[in-house]
Amino acid sequence: MALDQSFVGRTYPPTDPYEVGREKIREFAEAVGDANPAYTDPEAAKALGYADVIAPPTFVFSITFKAAGQVVQDPQLGLDYSRVVHGDQKFAYRRPVRAGDRLTVTSTIEAVKSMAGNDILDIRGEVHDEAGEHVVTAWTKLVARAAEPTEPVAATGGEA
Amino acid sequence: MTSKIAYDEVEVGTELPARSFPVNRATLVQYAGASGDFNPIHWNERFAKEVGLPDVIAHGMFTMAEAVRVVTDWTGDPGALVDYGVRFTKPVVVPNDDRGAVIEVTGKVGAKLDDNTVRVDLTVTSGGLKVLGMSRAVVRLA
Repeated sequence: MALDQSFVGRTYPPTDPYEVGREKIREFAEAVGDANPAYTDPEAAKALGYADVIAPPTFVFSITFKAAGQVVQDPQLGLDYSRVVHGDQKFAYRRPVRAGDRLTVTSTIEAVKSMAGNDILDIRGEVHDEAGEHVVTAWTKLVARAAEPTEPVAATGGEA
Repeated sequence: MTSKIAYDEVEVGTELPARSFPVNRATLVQYAGASGDFNPIHWNERFAKEVGLPDVIAHGMFTMAEAVRVVTDWTGDPGALVDYGVRFTKPVVVPNDDRGAVIEVTGKVGAKLDDNTVRVDLTVTSGGLKVLGMSRAVVRLA
């Protein structure tokens, strides 16, 4: 069933702050095998002009995707989450996320479409720090595949 | 921000050093833990096949994280990244063997923009298939 168009433009309340820790950044950098010292060594980060270690560019997705869960799991929207795959992802950075940041995410539904039985949802997450300054915007396109797919799942693309 | 690449020394078509990134089942378990994405399609072969996938697949966000390293390694400063977007076109299938899969990434400057920024167009493949589409990063140079 096609999703309700009236959800376009709906904004959800800001999330509780997520406190970015040095060790969480280190764990993430190790998981993606990235040895850039700006992620683990405060002195290296300072040499680049940052107050503390910074996070790899895609780190913030963990926070924005969790926030998008408010939308995805909104019972009124009625998205079948078990059929959701990640279509597109885009970030616009004002500054890198850094250790010590306390980040809140405000999610807005930008578009709701139905194509070939698939429901497509575009969610924008605005990430702000404790001072209220904008840090990064994340755009996430989610595709809920049709219950009776007309083509193999693998052709639909990568999953979240 | 202190990119080690100067805007004036870069032309449209300038190629960035290519990289290849291995990924195996252990990599995916580690990434699941670090990212908090425990979707079983990334670690449970039985589950992945039940939902129609050929095998366990890598997190799309893992592939996105690796691809941008061609840009951040080039500039030296990950915070010089202004904009980064991808489309997930094909999954990276990760077999349960010692080799796993390899993500191959090349990048070249597609356009010189204002404020000392350039657009880098990335080509990201695994097993000869393009796994990310429209993969573009805008980065501020010195």
